Amino acid sequence: MSIKYTNDHEWISVDGDTATVGVTDYALEQLGDLVFVEVPEAGRTVSKGDEAAVVESVKAASEVYAPVSGEVIEGNAAIADDPATVSGDPSANGWFFKIKLSDASELDGLMDEDAYKAYVDSLD
Amino acid sequence: MNDHNEQDLLTTPLDSLHRELGAKMVPFAGYAMPVQYPAGILKEHLHTRAGASLFDVSHMGQAFLMGEHAVEAFETLVPGDYQAMAEGKTRYTVLLNDQGGILDDLMATRIAGGLYLVVNAACKDQDFAHIEAGTKGKAELQILTDRALLALQGPKAGDVLAKLAPETAEMKFMNFREVEIGGIHCFVTRSGYTGEDGFEISVPSDQAEAFAKLLLDQPDVEPAGLGSRDSLRLEAGLCLYGHDITTATTPIEADIKWVVNKRRREEGGFPGADVILKQLENGTERLRVGILPEGRAPAREGTEIQDLDGNTIGTVTSGGFGPSVGGPIAMGYVKTAFAAEDTPVNLIVRGKPLAAKVVKMPFTSKSYKT
Repeated sequence: MSIKYTNDHEWISVDGDTATVGVTDYALEQLGDLVFVEVPEAGRTVSKGDEAAVVESVKAASEVYAPVSGEVIEGNAAIADDPATVSGDPSANGWFFKIKLSDASELDGLMDEDAYKAYVDSLD
Repeated sequence: MNDHNEQDLLTTPLDSLHRELGAKMVPFAGYAMPVQYPAGILKEHLHTRAGASLFDVSHMGQAFLMGEHAVEAFETLVPGDYQAMAEGKTRYTVLLNDQGGILDDLMATRIAGGLYLVVNAACKDQDFAHIEAGTKGKAELQILTDRALLALQGPKAGDVLAKLAPETAEMKFMNFREVEIGGIHCFVTRSGYTGEDGFEISVPSDQAEAFAKLLLDQPDVEPAGLGSRDSLRLEAGLCLYGHDITTATTPIEADIKWVVNKRRREEGGFPGADVILKQLENGTERLRVGILPEGRAPAREGTEIQDLDGNTIGTVTSGGFGPSVGGPIAMGYVKTAFAAEDTPVNLIVRGKPLAAKVVKMPFTSKSYKT
């Protein structure tokens, strides 16, 4: 299992041909307190870069993009019910959706943890 | 929004204190301003409704309009009755254009020899030029560039300030007094824009940081930023200039018709009086209303409002999450036929209609000291 990151501050944890997607601590820090989360429904097909989920803080709405293409197999209903749970645990219980990869080679373009750390440092 | 580089931004006298307190600074109306502190917008909002919060509003414009005929001259620009007001009373009003559109909203206080004005940051240069031109020869505008402005807001604000300056305990909502607090000469108005009891306090710029620290040292006081200020005023049903009221809206459409005081309704004599008096008599085609979305998704500014048949009937002008309400709230303009309380409407959020209804504002009860 490996974890990759996008420029848009999503993380993707890959296990075989399925992957779990969430947002990073950095993204949450930028967003502030989350008040609304919309996750995709199972069965929806997304292409890499598509808007797949929505997060809203008190101040603003943002999109969560699909880091890779594929079919959504589950959206995390728990975070839609209680958006605050994302803030407590973005890299585990705060996952947004699970996806069945349609093109595993798309993962190659994403950053590993060290590259993402360097990227975030360059933003501050 | 103003597009500024960080180095082009103006700063308030509290800039270094904000940074010391860990504020997240953002550009606002040409100033670097704290949008939130480490506690975050939600906590700052809820603390303001339970304790007392200190806001820096030094970016707003302060001025005296002085002279024997200052009040009469000011009344040619606004629909409020200031002649009937005693010294030490404050009233909210609006600067109007000849079409009855709103140039800005402001607070004006009667003081010895004239008026003390507080206007919005984004409009202050135009406002002052407009007021100066409109009162020329009859009054003198003195722009106060050496004073900071702080707002202490919340149910405990009264007790906090009374401890430091006992005479403020006697002040009622919209009263003004000059008071010494901690050896600092302050202009204190019992007002604010959060829906809570509280004060706006003008202090000399060079003593602003000492004054802010004196207040922050009080156990009930926490710093709060522009983020919570916005969610607080939205919950209180108060208009934000440039959003809920603009040059394209009249006070009657904005449902703040009480800014046109009785004597002025009879006498007119303010800009756009023909338009506004006609609207007072016949009503308007649209009205500002409160809107409560049924689900959890916030409807932001610009969201289209439709009737249940899918016809466009209006637009959201302010919308977001109300931390004290615990859900989304909004205000906007709808065709008057849809302005009645409990009218069901749809909000088009990300292309999908979300059920909502028209509601009475404020979304939370006000707690002014009357």
